[in-house]
Amino acid sequence: MSDTWVEVCAADEIDEEDVIRFDHSGRTFAIYRSPEDTYHATDGLCTHEKIHLADGLVMDHVIECPKHNGRFNYKTGEAKGAPVCVDLRTYPVKVEGGTVFIGL
Amino acid sequence: MANFVIVGAGECGARAAFALREKGFDGAITLIGSEAHLPYERPPLSKDALVAGAGPKLVAEATRYAEARIDVLTGRAVVEIDRAGNRILFDDGAALPYDKLLLATGARPRALPGTRHGGRIAALRSHDDAARIRAHLVEGSHIAILGGGFIGLELAASARKLGATVTLIEGLPRVLSRGVPAEIAEIVAHRHAAEGVEILCGAKVAGVEELPGEVCLTLESGRIVSANLLVVGIGAVPNTELAEAAGLVVENGISVDGRLRTSDPDIFAAGDCTSYPLPLYGERRIRLESWRNAQEQGQLAAANMLGGTQAHSAVPWFWSDQYDMTLQIAGLADGAATTVRREVGEGAFILFHLDAGGRLIAASGIGPGNVVARDIRLAEMLIAARVHPDPAELAAPETKLKKLLAA
Repeated sequence: MSDTWVEVCAADEIDEEDVIRFDHSGRTFAIYRSPEDTYHATDGLCTHEKIHLADGLVMDHVIECPKHNGRFNYKTGEAKGAPVCVDLRTYPVKVEGGTVFIGL
Repeated sequence: MANFVIVGAGECGARAAFALREKGFDGAITLIGSEAHLPYERPPLSKDALVAGAGPKLVAEATRYAEARIDVLTGRAVVEIDRAGNRILFDDGAALPYDKLLLATGARPRALPGTRHGGRIAALRSHDDAARIRAHLVEGSHIAILGGGFIGLELAASARKLGATVTLIEGLPRVLSRGVPAEIAEIVAHRHAAEGVEILCGAKVAGVEELPGEVCLTLESGRIVSANLLVVGIGAVPNTELAEAAGLVVENGISVDGRLRTSDPDIFAAGDCTSYPLPLYGERRIRLESWRNAQEQGQLAAANMLGGTQAHSAVPWFWSDQYDMTLQIAGLADGAATTVRREVGEGAFILFHLDAGGRLIAASGIGPGNVVARDIRLAEMLIAARVHPDPAELAAPETKLKKLLAA
Protein backbone atom coordinates (compact mmCIF):
# COMPACT_ATOMS: atom_id res chain seq x y z
CA MET A 1 0.00 0.00 0.00
CA SER A 2 1.12 3.51 -0.69
CA ASP A 3 1.80 6.00 2.00
CA THR A 4 0.73 9.07 0.09
CA TRP A 5 -1.45 9.78 -2.90
CA VAL A 6 -0.17 12.74 -4.87
CA GLU A 7 -2.34 14.57 -7.39
CA VAL A 8 -0.94 14.40 -10.93
CA CYS A 9 -3.39 15.99 -13.35
CA ALA A 10 -6.92 15.80 -14.71
CA ALA A 11 -7.62 12.42 -16.28
CA ASP A 12 -8.38 13.96 -19.66
CA GLU A 13 -5.04 15.76 -19.80
CA ILE A 14 -3.45 12.52 -20.95
CA ASP A 15 -4.54 11.22 -24.35
CA GLU A 16 -5.42 7.58 -24.74
CA GLU A 17 -2.33 5.50 -25.51
CA ASP A 18 -0.08 8.33 -24.43
CA VAL A 19 2.18 9.49 -21.63
CA ILE A 20 3.07 12.67 -19.76
CA ARG A 21 5.95 13.64 -17.52
CA PHE A 22 5.22 14.38 -13.85
CA ASP A 23 7.82 15.92 -11.54
CA HIS A 24 7.35 15.80 -7.79
CA SER A 25 9.70 16.40 -4.85
CA GLY A 26 12.82 16.31 -6.96
CA ARG A 27 11.77 13.08 -8.67
CA THR A 28 10.41 12.52 -12.15
CA PHE A 29 7.74 10.06 -13.22
CA ALA A 30 5.97 9.00 -16.38
CA ILE A 31 2.18 8.70 -16.19
CA TYR A 32 0.43 6.62 -18.86
CA ARG A 33 -3.08 6.18 -20.16
CA SER A 34 -3.53 2.84 -21.90
CA PRO A 35 -5.71 2.11 -24.95
CA GLU A 36 -8.18 0.48 -22.49
CA ASP A 37 -8.37 3.76 -20.58
CA THR A 38 -6.46 2.54 -17.52
CA TYR A 39 -3.79 4.71 -15.90
CA HIS A 40 -0.26 3.66 -14.90
CA ALA A 41 2.92 5.19 -13.54
CA THR A 42 6.63 4.38 -13.69
CA ASP A 43 9.88 6.10 -12.91
CA GLY A 44 10.35 8.87 -15.46
CA LEU A 45 13.84 8.01 -16.68
CA CYS A 46 14.94 5.13 -18.86
CA THR A 47 17.16 2.64 -17.02
CA HIS A 48 19.66 2.71 -19.89
CA GLU A 49 20.77 6.36 -20.08
CA LYS A 50 18.46 8.43 -17.88
CA ILE A 51 16.37 9.84 -20.71
CA HIS A 52 12.85 11.14 -20.01
CA LEU A 53 10.48 8.42 -21.19
CA ALA A 54 7.60 10.89 -21.51
CA ASP A 55 9.15 12.06 -24.82
CA GLY A 56 8.83 8.51 -26.09
CA LEU A 57 6.12 6.70 -27.97
CA VAL A 58 3.39 4.62 -26.34
CA MET A 59 2.21 1.71 -28.45
CA ASP A 60 -0.33 -0.49 -26.75
CA HIS A 61 1.22 -1.36 -23.35
CA VAL A 62 4.77 -0.50 -24.29
CA ILE A 63 6.69 2.72 -23.79
CA GLU A 64 9.70 3.16 -26.02
CA CYS A 65 12.58 5.39 -24.96
CA PRO A 66 12.92 8.35 -27.36
CA LYS A 67 16.69 8.03 -27.51
CA HIS A 68 17.67 4.44 -28.03
CA ASN A 69 14.35 2.64 -28.39
CA GLY A 70 14.65 0.67 -25.19
CA ARG A 71 11.18 -0.77 -24.54
CA PHE A 72 9.31 -1.39 -21.33
CA ASN A 73 5.88 -2.70 -20.48
CA TYR A 74 4.64 0.29 -18.51
CA LYS A 75 2.05 -1.77 -16.65
CA THR A 76 4.65 -4.11 -15.14
CA GLY A 77 7.88 -2.14 -15.67
CA GLU A 78 9.40 -5.12 -17.47
CA ALA A 79 12.36 -4.31 -19.77
CA LYS A 80 11.67 -5.85 -23.19
CA GLY A 81 15.26 -6.45 -24.33
CA ALA A 82 18.38 -4.70 -25.63
CA PRO A 83 19.52 -2.04 -24.99
CA VAL A 84 17.58 -2.08 -21.72
CA CYS A 85 18.08 -4.87 -19.23
CA VAL A 86 16.95 -3.26 -15.97
CA ASP A 87 13.20 -3.08 -15.28
CA LEU A 88 11.43 0.20 -14.56
CA ARG A 89 9.93 0.73 -11.14
CA THR A 90 6.15 1.08 -11.25
CA TYR A 91 3.82 2.96 -8.89
CA PRO A 92 0.14 2.57 -8.07
CA VAL A 93 -2.25 5.00 -9.73
CA LYS A 94 -5.88 5.81 -9.02
CA VAL A 95 -8.41 8.07 -10.69
CA GLU A 96 -10.94 9.80 -8.45
CA GLY A 97 -13.36 12.50 -9.46
CA GLY A 98 -11.67 12.90 -12.82
CA THR A 99 -8.22 13.40 -11.24
CA VAL A 100 -5.21 11.10 -11.52
CA PHE A 101 -3.21 10.32 -8.36
CA ILE A 102 0.12 8.51 -8.00
CA GLY A 103 0.87 6.51 -4.86
CA LEU A 104 4.32 7.29 -3.50
CA MET B 1 29.00 -29.32 -29.21
CA ALA B 2 28.65 -26.58 -31.81
CA ASN B 3 31.14 -23.70 -31.82
CA PHE B 4 29.90 -20.29 -32.82
CA VAL B 5 32.58 -17.63 -33.18
CA ILE B 6 32.09 -13.88 -33.47
CA VAL B 7 34.97 -11.75 -34.70
CA GLY B 8 34.52 -8.16 -33.55
CA ALA B 9 33.47 -7.24 -30.04
CA GLY B 10 31.64 -3.97 -30.56
CA GLU B 11 27.95 -3.27 -30.17
CA CYS B 12 27.08 -5.67 -32.98
CA GLY B 13 29.19 -8.63 -31.90
CA ALA B 14 28.16 -8.36 -28.26
CA ARG B 15 24.46 -8.13 -29.09
CA ALA B 16 24.78 -11.12 -31.38
CA ALA B 17 26.46 -13.17 -28.64
CA PHE B 18 23.70 -12.50 -26.12
CA ALA B 19 21.03 -13.01 -28.75
CA LEU B 20 22.40 -16.47 -29.59
CA ARG B 21 21.98 -17.50 -25.97
CA GLU B 22 18.59 -15.84 -25.60
CA LYS B 23 17.39 -17.75 -28.65
CA GLY B 24 18.34 -21.02 -27.05
CA PHE B 25 21.73 -21.84 -28.57
CA ASP B 26 23.48 -24.21 -26.19
CA GLY B 27 26.92 -24.56 -27.81
CA ALA B 28 30.09 -22.57 -27.25
CA ILE B 29 30.09 -18.84 -28.03
CA THR B 30 33.41 -17.05 -28.42
CA LEU B 31 33.45 -13.28 -28.87
CA ILE B 32 36.78 -11.89 -30.02
CA GLY B 33 37.78 -8.22 -29.86
CA SER B 34 41.01 -6.43 -30.67
CA GLU B 35 40.58 -3.77 -27.99
CA ALA B 36 41.53 -4.24 -24.36
CA HIS B 37 38.05 -3.36 -23.07
CA LEU B 38 34.92 -5.45 -22.85
CA PRO B 39 32.41 -4.42 -25.55
CA TYR B 40 31.24 -0.87 -24.98
CA GLU B 41 28.86 1.58 -26.62
CA ARG B 42 30.52 4.02 -29.00
CA PRO B 43 27.98 6.87 -29.12
CA PRO B 44 29.18 8.37 -25.79
CA LEU B 45 32.75 8.63 -27.11
CA SER B 46 32.09 11.99 -28.76
CA LYS B 47 30.06 13.24 -25.79
CA ASP B 48 30.27 11.98 -22.17
CA ALA B 49 33.61 10.28 -22.62
CA LEU B 50 35.07 13.62 -23.73
CA VAL B 51 33.13 16.04 -21.56
CA ALA B 52 32.98 14.06 -18.33
CA GLY B 53 35.85 11.67 -18.87
CA ALA B 54 33.39 8.82 -18.41
CA GLY B 55 34.83 5.32 -18.59
CA PRO B 56 33.64 2.88 -21.24
CA LYS B 57 29.87 2.39 -21.10
CA LEU B 58 29.85 -1.38 -21.26
CA VAL B 59 27.22 -3.17 -23.32
CA ALA B 60 27.12 -5.64 -20.42
CA GLU B 61 29.10 -6.22 -17.24
CA ALA B 62 31.56 -9.10 -17.09
CA THR B 63 29.22 -11.14 -14.91
CA ARG B 64 26.58 -11.18 -17.62
CA TYR B 65 28.99 -12.77 -20.09
CA ALA B 66 29.83 -15.39 -17.50
CA GLU B 67 26.16 -16.08 -16.81
CA ALA B 68 25.44 -16.39 -20.53
CA ARG B 69 28.55 -18.59 -20.97
CA ILE B 70 30.02 -16.22 -23.54
CA ASP B 71 33.78 -16.51 -23.77
CA VAL B 72 35.11 -13.00 -24.43
CA LEU B 73 38.65 -12.73 -25.75
CA THR B 74 39.87 -9.12 -25.60
CA GLY B 75 43.04 -7.72 -27.13
CA ARG B 76 43.25 -10.52 -29.68
CA ALA B 77 43.94 -10.12 -33.36
CA VAL B 78 42.41 -12.53 -35.85
CA VAL B 79 44.59 -12.68 -38.96
CA GLU B 80 42.98 -15.30 -41.15
CA ILE B 81 39.82 -17.23 -41.86
CA ASP B 82 40.69 -20.75 -42.96
CA ARG B 83 37.45 -21.56 -44.74
CA ALA B 84 38.53 -25.00 -45.87
CA GLY B 85 39.37 -25.91 -42.30
CA ASN B 86 36.41 -24.05 -40.72
CA ARG B 87 38.70 -22.25 -38.30
CA ILE B 88 40.13 -18.84 -37.63
CA LEU B 89 43.78 -18.10 -36.91
CA PHE B 90 45.18 -15.58 -34.44
CA ASP B 91 48.36 -13.54 -34.84
CA ASP B 92 50.09 -15.74 -32.25
CA GLY B 93 49.42 -18.83 -34.35
CA ALA B 94 46.55 -20.14 -32.24
CA ALA B 95 43.49 -21.48 -34.07
CA LEU B 96 39.84 -21.72 -33.15
CA PRO B 97 37.37 -23.94 -35.02
CA TYR B 98 33.92 -22.70 -35.90
CA ASP B 99 30.67 -24.20 -37.10
CA LYS B 100 29.23 -20.76 -37.77
CA LEU B 101 31.23 -17.55 -37.91
CA LEU B 102 29.96 -13.99 -37.61
CA LEU B 103 32.11 -11.14 -38.88
CA ALA B 104 31.26 -7.97 -36.95
CA THR B 105 34.58 -6.30 -37.58
CA GLY B 106 33.21 -2.77 -37.79
CA ALA B 107 34.93 0.12 -39.49
CA ARG B 108 37.98 2.26 -38.82
CA PRO B 109 38.45 5.99 -39.29
CA ARG B 110 39.62 7.05 -42.71
CA ALA B 111 43.02 8.73 -42.55
CA LEU B 112 43.84 11.97 -44.27
CA PRO B 113 46.09 10.91 -47.17
CA GLY B 114 49.75 11.35 -46.31
CA THR B 115 49.16 11.30 -42.54
CA ARG B 116 48.95 8.73 -39.77
CA HIS B 117 46.93 8.88 -36.59
CA GLY B 118 49.37 9.46 -33.76
CA GLY B 119 51.22 12.36 -32.20
CA ARG B 120 49.11 15.48 -32.68
CA ILE B 121 46.82 13.90 -35.27
CA ALA B 122 43.99 11.83 -33.88
CA ALA B 123 40.78 10.10 -34.94
CA LEU B 124 37.83 9.23 -32.75
CA ARG B 125 36.65 5.66 -32.84
CA SER B 126 37.71 3.94 -29.64
CA HIS B 127 37.59 4.71 -25.95
CA ASP B 128 41.37 5.10 -25.96
CA ASP B 129 41.05 7.66 -28.78
CA ALA B 130 38.54 9.61 -26.70
CA ALA B 131 40.80 9.58 -23.65
CA ARG B 132 43.68 10.85 -25.74
CA ILE B 133 41.61 13.66 -27.30
CA ARG B 134 40.16 14.62 -23.95
CA ALA B 135 43.63 15.33 -22.61
CA HIS B 136 43.82 18.18 -25.14
CA LEU B 137 40.37 19.62 -24.47
CA VAL B 138 41.22 22.25 -21.91
CA GLU B 139 40.57 25.95 -21.57
CA GLY B 140 42.89 27.81 -23.90
CA SER B 141 43.80 24.91 -26.16
CA HIS B 142 42.99 24.98 -29.86
CA ILE B 143 41.52 21.96 -31.61
CA ALA B 144 41.30 21.67 -35.38
CA ILE B 145 38.67 19.26 -36.64
CA LEU B 146 38.72 18.01 -40.19
CA GLY B 147 35.27 16.92 -41.34
CA GLY B 148 31.84 18.37 -40.64
CA GLY B 149 29.99 15.08 -40.16
CA PHE B 150 28.37 13.80 -36.98
CA ILE B 151 31.68 12.90 -35.32
CA GLY B 152 33.36 16.21 -36.09
CA LEU B 153 30.38 18.29 -35.01
CA GLU B 154 29.70 16.34 -31.81
CA LEU B 155 33.36 16.62 -30.95
CA ALA B 156 33.23 20.38 -31.64
CA ALA B 157 30.29 20.75 -29.24
CA SER B 158 32.07 18.76 -26.53
CA ALA B 159 35.29 20.74 -27.02
CA ARG B 160 33.42 24.03 -26.63
CA LYS B 161 31.80 22.78 -23.43
CA LEU B 162 35.30 22.29 -22.05
CA GLY B 163 36.43 25.73 -23.18
CA ALA B 164 38.72 24.77 -26.04
CA THR B 165 38.86 26.90 -29.18
CA VAL B 166 37.61 24.99 -32.21
CA THR B 167 38.21 25.40 -35.93
CA LEU B 168 36.24 22.95 -38.04
CA ILE B 169 37.31 22.42 -41.64
CA GLU B 170 34.89 20.91 -44.15
CA GLY B 171 35.82 20.28 -47.77
CA LEU B 172 32.27 20.44 -49.12
CA PRO B 173 30.14 23.61 -49.32
CA ARG B 174 28.21 22.75 -46.15
CA VAL B 175 28.38 20.53 -43.06
CA LEU B 176 26.45 17.24 -42.86
CA SER B 177 26.26 16.78 -46.62
CA ARG B 178 25.77 13.07 -46.29
CA GLY B 179 22.18 12.19 -45.47
CA VAL B 180 21.12 15.39 -43.69
CA PRO B 181 18.92 17.99 -45.45
CA ALA B 182 20.46 21.44 -45.98
CA GLU B 183 17.72 23.09 -43.92
CA ILE B 184 18.76 21.11 -40.86
CA ALA B 185 22.48 21.36 -41.51
CA GLU B 186 22.10 25.11 -41.60
CA ILE B 187 20.58 25.16 -38.12
CA VAL B 188 23.38 22.98 -36.83
CA ALA B 189 26.06 25.20 -38.41
CA HIS B 190 24.40 28.32 -37.07
CA ARG B 191 24.31 26.92 -33.55
CA HIS B 192 27.98 26.00 -33.69
CA ALA B 193 28.85 29.49 -34.87
CA ALA B 194 26.84 30.94 -31.99
CA GLU B 195 28.80 28.71 -29.60
CA GLY B 196 32.04 30.10 -30.99
CA VAL B 197 33.09 27.30 -33.34
CA GLU B 198 34.77 28.60 -36.45
CA ILE B 199 33.49 26.57 -39.41
CA LEU B 200 35.36 26.75 -42.70
CA CYS B 201 33.33 25.13 -45.49
CA GLY B 202 34.64 24.43 -48.96
CA ALA B 203 38.12 24.36 -47.46
CA LYS B 204 40.65 21.89 -48.80
CA VAL B 205 43.76 20.88 -46.93
CA ALA B 206 46.97 21.42 -48.87
CA GLY B 207 49.34 20.21 -46.19
CA VAL B 208 49.69 19.09 -42.60
CA GLU B 209 52.86 19.52 -40.59
CA GLU B 210 53.58 18.41 -37.04
CA LEU B 211 55.78 20.87 -35.19
CA PRO B 212 56.94 20.79 -31.58
CA GLY B 213 53.85 21.51 -29.50
CA GLU B 214 51.48 22.04 -32.39
CA VAL B 215 50.09 20.79 -35.66
CA CYS B 216 49.88 23.13 -38.61
CA LEU B 217 47.36 22.85 -41.43
CA THR B 218 47.79 24.79 -44.63
CA LEU B 219 44.58 25.21 -46.58
CA GLU B 220 44.44 25.63 -50.34
CA SER B 221 43.26 29.17 -49.75
CA GLY B 222 46.66 29.82 -48.19
CA ARG B 223 45.29 30.12 -44.70
CA ILE B 224 47.25 28.41 -41.97
CA VAL B 225 45.46 26.84 -38.99
CA SER B 226 47.70 26.02 -36.04
CA ALA B 227 46.26 23.81 -33.32
CA ASN B 228 47.28 21.71 -30.35
CA LEU B 229 45.53 18.73 -31.88
CA LEU B 230 44.03 17.83 -35.24
CA VAL B 231 41.15 15.37 -35.14
CA VAL B 232 40.31 13.79 -38.47
CA GLY B 233 36.64 12.88 -38.91
CA ILE B 234 36.32 12.26 -42.63
CA GLY B 235 34.45 9.01 -42.59
CA ALA B 236 35.14 5.37 -41.92
CA VAL B 237 36.42 2.43 -43.90
CA PRO B 238 34.84 -0.98 -43.37
CA ASN B 239 37.17 -3.63 -41.97
CA THR B 240 36.87 -6.14 -44.78
CA GLU B 241 40.46 -7.42 -45.07
CA LEU B 242 39.85 -10.75 -43.33
CA ALA B 243 36.83 -11.43 -45.50
CA GLU B 244 38.56 -10.35 -48.68
CA ALA B 245 41.63 -12.48 -48.01
CA ALA B 246 39.32 -15.43 -47.42
CA GLY B 247 37.76 -14.90 -50.83
CA LEU B 248 34.38 -13.67 -49.62
CA VAL B 249 32.57 -11.17 -51.83
CA VAL B 250 33.25 -7.59 -50.75
CA GLU B 251 31.49 -4.56 -52.26
CA ASN B 252 31.67 -1.45 -50.08
CA GLY B 253 31.68 -3.77 -47.08
CA ILE B 254 31.38 -7.51 -46.71
CA SER B 255 28.57 -8.35 -49.07
CA VAL B 256 25.65 -10.19 -47.50
CA ASP B 257 22.15 -11.07 -48.59
CA GLY B 258 19.05 -9.94 -46.75
CA ARG B 259 19.59 -12.67 -44.16
CA LEU B 260 23.13 -11.40 -43.53
CA ARG B 261 24.77 -14.45 -45.12
CA THR B 262 28.06 -13.94 -46.92
CA SER B 263 29.04 -15.93 -50.00
CA ASP B 264 30.06 -18.76 -47.60
CA PRO B 265 27.05 -20.48 -45.97
CA ASP B 266 28.88 -20.84 -42.64
CA ILE B 267 29.87 -17.19 -42.44
CA PHE B 268 27.61 -14.25 -41.63
CA ALA B 269 28.46 -10.57 -41.40
CA ALA B 270 26.68 -7.70 -39.67
CA GLY B 271 27.02 -4.07 -38.65
CA ASP B 272 29.34 -1.35 -39.97
CA CYS B 273 31.50 -3.79 -41.95
CA THR B 274 28.59 -5.07 -44.03
CA SER B 275 26.77 -4.01 -47.17
CA TYR B 276 23.29 -5.40 -47.65
CA PRO B 277 20.27 -4.96 -49.93
CA LEU B 278 17.46 -2.84 -48.55
CA PRO B 279 14.03 -3.91 -49.86
CA LEU B 280 12.39 -0.62 -48.85
CA TYR B 281 14.62 1.22 -51.29
CA GLY B 282 14.44 -1.09 -54.28
CA GLU B 283 16.98 -3.63 -52.97
CA ARG B 284 19.65 -0.95 -53.21
CA ARG B 285 22.85 -2.14 -51.51
CA ILE B 286 23.86 0.07 -48.61
CA ARG B 287 26.29 0.06 -45.72
CA LEU B 288 25.26 1.81 -42.53
CA GLU B 289 27.46 3.10 -39.77
CA SER B 290 24.93 3.36 -37.02
CA TRP B 291 24.47 2.15 -33.49
CA ARG B 292 20.97 0.86 -34.00
CA ASN B 293 21.82 -0.95 -37.20
CA ALA B 294 24.73 -2.66 -35.45
CA GLN B 295 22.39 -3.81 -32.74
CA GLU B 296 19.58 -4.95 -35.03
CA GLN B 297 21.86 -6.77 -37.44
CA GLY B 298 23.72 -8.44 -34.59
CA GLN B 299 20.48 -9.83 -33.28
CA LEU B 300 19.23 -10.85 -36.71
CA ALA B 301 22.52 -12.53 -37.60
CA ALA B 302 22.25 -14.55 -34.39
CA ALA B 303 18.75 -15.70 -35.29
CA ASN B 304 19.79 -16.66 -38.81
CA MET B 305 22.96 -18.44 -37.65
CA LEU B 306 20.52 -20.65 -35.75
CA GLY B 307 18.57 -21.40 -38.93
CA GLY B 308 16.27 -18.39 -39.05
CA THR B 309 15.21 -17.10 -42.44
CA GLN B 310 14.25 -13.54 -41.72
CA ALA B 311 15.61 -10.74 -43.91
CA HIS B 312 16.80 -7.43 -42.56
CA SER B 313 14.10 -4.89 -43.29
CA ALA B 314 14.56 -2.19 -40.65
CA VAL B 315 14.34 1.45 -41.67
CA PRO B 316 17.77 3.11 -41.31
CA TRP B 317 17.80 5.40 -38.28
CA PHE B 318 20.39 7.86 -36.96
CA TRP B 319 20.66 10.45 -34.30
CA SER B 320 23.14 13.09 -33.22
CA ASP B 321 23.33 15.14 -30.02
CA GLN B 322 25.05 18.52 -30.13
CA TYR B 323 24.70 21.00 -27.27
CA ASP B 324 21.06 20.65 -26.17
CA MET B 325 19.88 19.78 -29.69
CA THR B 326 19.02 16.37 -31.01
CA LEU B 327 18.77 15.52 -34.66
CA GLN B 328 17.06 12.32 -35.72
CA ILE B 329 16.69 10.84 -39.16
CA ALA B 330 14.66 7.83 -40.26
CA GLY B 331 14.95 6.46 -43.77
CA LEU B 332 17.06 7.53 -46.73
CA ALA B 333 16.11 10.93 -48.14
CA ASP B 334 18.25 11.01 -51.26
CA GLY B 335 15.49 9.92 -53.62
CA ALA B 336 13.14 12.64 -52.42
CA ALA B 337 11.04 14.59 -54.91
CA THR B 338 8.98 16.54 -52.36
CA THR B 339 9.75 17.72 -48.85
CA VAL B 340 7.16 19.06 -46.42
CA ARG B 341 7.86 20.70 -43.10
CA ARG B 342 5.95 20.12 -39.88
CA GLU B 343 6.46 22.38 -36.88
CA VAL B 344 6.71 20.51 -33.59
CA GLY B 345 6.99 23.45 -31.20
CA GLU B 346 9.94 24.86 -29.23
CA GLY B 347 11.51 25.74 -32.60
CA ALA B 348 11.70 22.06 -33.50
CA PHE B 349 10.55 20.77 -36.87
CA ILE B 350 10.42 17.65 -38.98
CA LEU B 351 10.96 17.38 -42.71
CA PHE B 352 9.06 14.60 -44.42
CA HIS B 353 10.58 13.41 -47.66
CA LEU B 354 8.39 11.81 -50.33
CA ASP B 355 9.47 10.20 -53.57
CA ALA B 356 8.06 11.04 -57.00
CA GLY B 357 5.23 8.58 -56.46
CA GLY B 358 4.25 10.21 -53.18
CA ARG B 359 5.60 7.47 -50.93
CA LEU B 360 7.11 8.59 -47.63
CA ILE B 361 10.80 7.58 -47.78
CA ALA B 362 12.43 9.56 -44.97
CA ALA B 363 11.90 12.00 -42.14
CA SER B 364 14.49 14.29 -40.59
CA GLY B 365 13.94 16.30 -37.44
CA ILE B 366 15.82 18.65 -35.18
CA GLY B 367 14.96 20.33 -31.92
CA PRO B 368 15.87 20.75 -28.28
CA GLY B 369 16.06 17.61 -26.17
CA ASN B 370 14.02 14.75 -27.54
CA VAL B 371 11.02 16.72 -28.79
CA VAL B 372 11.22 15.31 -32.33
CA ALA B 373 11.77 11.72 -31.21
CA ARG B 374 8.19 10.57 -31.00
CA ASP B 375 7.19 11.87 -34.43
CA ILE B 376 10.36 10.51 -36.02
CA ARG B 377 9.60 7.11 -34.52
CA LEU B 378 6.09 7.23 -35.95
CA ALA B 379 7.52 8.39 -39.27
CA GLU B 380 9.80 5.37 -39.23
CA MET B 381 6.78 3.10 -38.88
CA LEU B 382 5.00 4.97 -41.65
CA ILE B 383 8.04 4.54 -43.90
CA ALA B 384 8.15 0.82 -43.13
CA ALA B 385 4.44 0.60 -43.98
CA ARG B 386 5.20 2.23 -47.38
CA VAL B 387 2.42 4.76 -46.97
CA HIS B 388 1.54 7.53 -49.44
CA PRO B 389 0.34 10.23 -47.04
CA ASP B 390 -1.27 13.51 -47.99
CA PRO B 391 1.58 16.07 -47.72
CA ALA B 392 -0.80 18.70 -46.31
CA GLU B 393 -1.79 16.32 -43.52
CA LEU B 394 1.84 15.62 -42.68
CA ALA B 395 2.57 19.33 -42.49
CA ALA B 396 -0.39 20.12 -40.25
CA PRO B 397 0.70 20.05 -36.57
CA GLU B 398 -2.80 18.98 -35.52
CA THR B 399 -2.60 15.75 -37.55
CA LYS B 400 -1.77 12.86 -35.25
CA LEU B 401 0.80 10.72 -37.01
CA LYS B 402 -0.43 7.72 -35.07
CA LYS B 403 -3.78 8.12 -36.84
CA LEU B 404 -2.03 8.00 -40.24
CA LEU B 405 -0.43 4.73 -39.16
CA ALA B 406 -3.79 3.22 -38.28
CA ALA B 407 -5.34 4.39 -41.57
